[in-house]
Amino acid sequence: MANGDRTVLQFSTQSTANFSAEVHPLVIFNICDCYVRRPDQAERVIGTLLGSVLSDGTVDIRNSYAVPHTESADQVALDIEYHHNLLVSHQKVNPKEVIVGWYSTGLGVTGRSALIHDFYSREVPNPVHLTVDTGFRNGEGTIKAYVSVNLALGDRQLASQFQEIPLNLRMVEAELLGFDILKTTSVDKLPTDLEGMEVTMQRLLALIDDIYKYVDDVVEGRVAADNSIGRFISDTVAALPKLSPPAFDKLVNDSLQDQLLLLYLSSITRTQLALAEKLNTAAQIL
Amino acid sequence: MAASSTARSFLQVAATDVVVSPLRVVQIEGLVILKIIKHCKEFSPALVTDQLLGLDVGSILEVTNCFPFPICEEEEEIEADGANYQLEMMRCLREVNVDNNTVGWYQSTILGSYQTVELIETFMNYQNIRRCVCIIYDPSRSNQGVLALKALKLSDSFMELYRLITLPERSMVSPCCQNFRNLNFMCSHIDCLFHCYRLREKNLSWVDIFEEIPIKVSNSALISASMTELESDTPVTQCDYDRLQLSSNPYMERNMEFFIECMDDLSMEQQKFQFYYRNLSHQQAQQQAWLQKRRSENMARKAAGEEPLPEEDPTNPIFKPIPEPSRLESFLITNQIANYCNQINGVAGQSFNRLYLMKSLHDN
Repeated sequence: MANGDRTVLQFSTQSTANFSAEVHPLVIFNICDCYVRRPDQAERVIGTLLGSVLSDGTVDIRNSYAVPHTESADQVALDIEYHHNLLVSHQKVNPKEVIVGWYSTGLGVTGRSALIHDFYSREVPNPVHLTVDTGFRNGEGTIKAYVSVNLALGDRQLASQFQEIPLNLRMVEAELLGFDILKTTSVDKLPTDLEGMEVTMQRLLALIDDIYKYVDDVVEGRVAADNSIGRFISDTVAALPKLSPPAFDKLVNDSLQDQLLLLYLSSITRTQLALAEKLNTAAQIL
Repeated sequence: MAASSTARSFLQVAATDVVVSPLRVVQIEGLVILKIIKHCKEFSPALVTDQLLGLDVGSILEVTNCFPFPICEEEEEIEADGANYQLEMMRCLREVNVDNNTVGWYQSTILGSYQTVELIETFMNYQNIRRCVCIIYDPSRSNQGVLALKALKLSDSFMELYRLITLPERSMVSPCCQNFRNLNFMCSHIDCLFHCYRLREKNLSWVDIFEEIPIKVSNSALISASMTELESDTPVTQCDYDRLQLSSNPYMERNMEFFIECMDDLSMEQQKFQFYYRNLSHQQAQQQAWLQKRRSENMARKAAGEEPLPEEDPTNPIFKPIPEPSRLESFLITNQIANYCNQINGVAGQSFNRLYLMKSLHDN
């Protein structure tokens, strides 16, 4: 029996307009690690995402943990008690982290995911669903985030649509440091200060070489000149502070002398320590 | 015959200790490093400590996961809560197939000031684990562009020395101290270990307390693939920018402050020793004087035909032994100072590089 007036399929878009998610690399690491360790019969891993919602609506995903589950053709069973236990434990350490969503490995969103999403939406008003494609199906590992939007026809709930939201990788500066090391499969030893400095200098040198080559090419006419790049280069060169040579020399020499002073002090201390050590333990008590 | 041979073989097996190969390398997974960084950073400047989980394989100690300890404010419920939390976490992690053998713990520190007696005591608490390692992370050095991660363990000679005190025959006085009459070594506090005769016999010095182990980082291929996908290799990263920053003065200043404080502590310890030596020589002089008096008395008595008095008098207070102050604190402080020196050297080296770079840039 059709209603007299036409009802329109409603997409509630206003809530997802400025929704975006930022994920910390730790979360991805966690997910991959859990995937590698999954029990043999499971084809995917499911877990909870922890984090916080920032004031502008961005969801900041900071931590995650896996939840054991079993899946059959049309049923999903999640270990809810485990989920709650781990949540309580995590919150003891970091009370500011709350559930912001859940993740699963594998490309795309399946029907069973909707059920799980339902469960999570009972805990959090608008959970974010993160999928990590560990199979590298399209030749790349895509990581996507979705929120679910309810499609309602009049008063009836039709379906929930998973809309993708923009996802950024967000790193704190300390993590950036580790990141270089963490990208490769294995590193033999952590770089010391000076080695890190050497690497940085080499990179800087490589950059300067690149620019030099580019400028050469443009001058020789091999490459078409791009004005914006030219402006960048001239800005960079002009950014060197213009100090008169004696003033600059004085600056540099002063800093050098400070550093030398500190080095000297620390060498003296070490000598003193070695001497004191010998004297102390060599003293005989009569 | 057969029974005795099997009995012997069993005894043999039981008698041979499992040979513990020395720990050469600590292999950490990238996941653990990120977790450590995140946790320490969130709680800085407060210090945090957490548990490390992993596997012990031959001469490599693999660390595959970790979980943080909650900060306990109240003192009453700490023990029960902490233990419960640990058990709960281990159980949950076991269900997702994470290795849950404890292999140590990690803690954050500020500018390298981590060498305290508490660290040693925590090591001792973990003694029932065959290999345990402590990882120290310094979040304040990350603005210098350095990933300051160190793996420490107590050196074997130090542990042997400590085990002397936990032996059941605690009442046995060690042979070297028979020169000291009436000395009583019943105390079980860690301080009394460090009397210099003991150190001399073991040839221990302050460098021998802690041993640093090289760290190796490994990642599973999946993780490195995902990471490269997320953030492709750029020629220059942010940490390069951090390293090339010219201002290292505030950092050096703080380092020097800590350094100077440590020197003050060390000089206080030295004063304690000097005081002790002075008292000791004073007491010995007194003893000699008393002995002389006794001897002359005895001579008088012998002349008078009476029995000579004994030459010792344990009840006289000048014979009471003065306890020697412990050297542990001074060792730790010395270690700390050496650490600061190393740090200063490192940062100064970096600054030299930067300054010369600036100079050459300007000349051109």
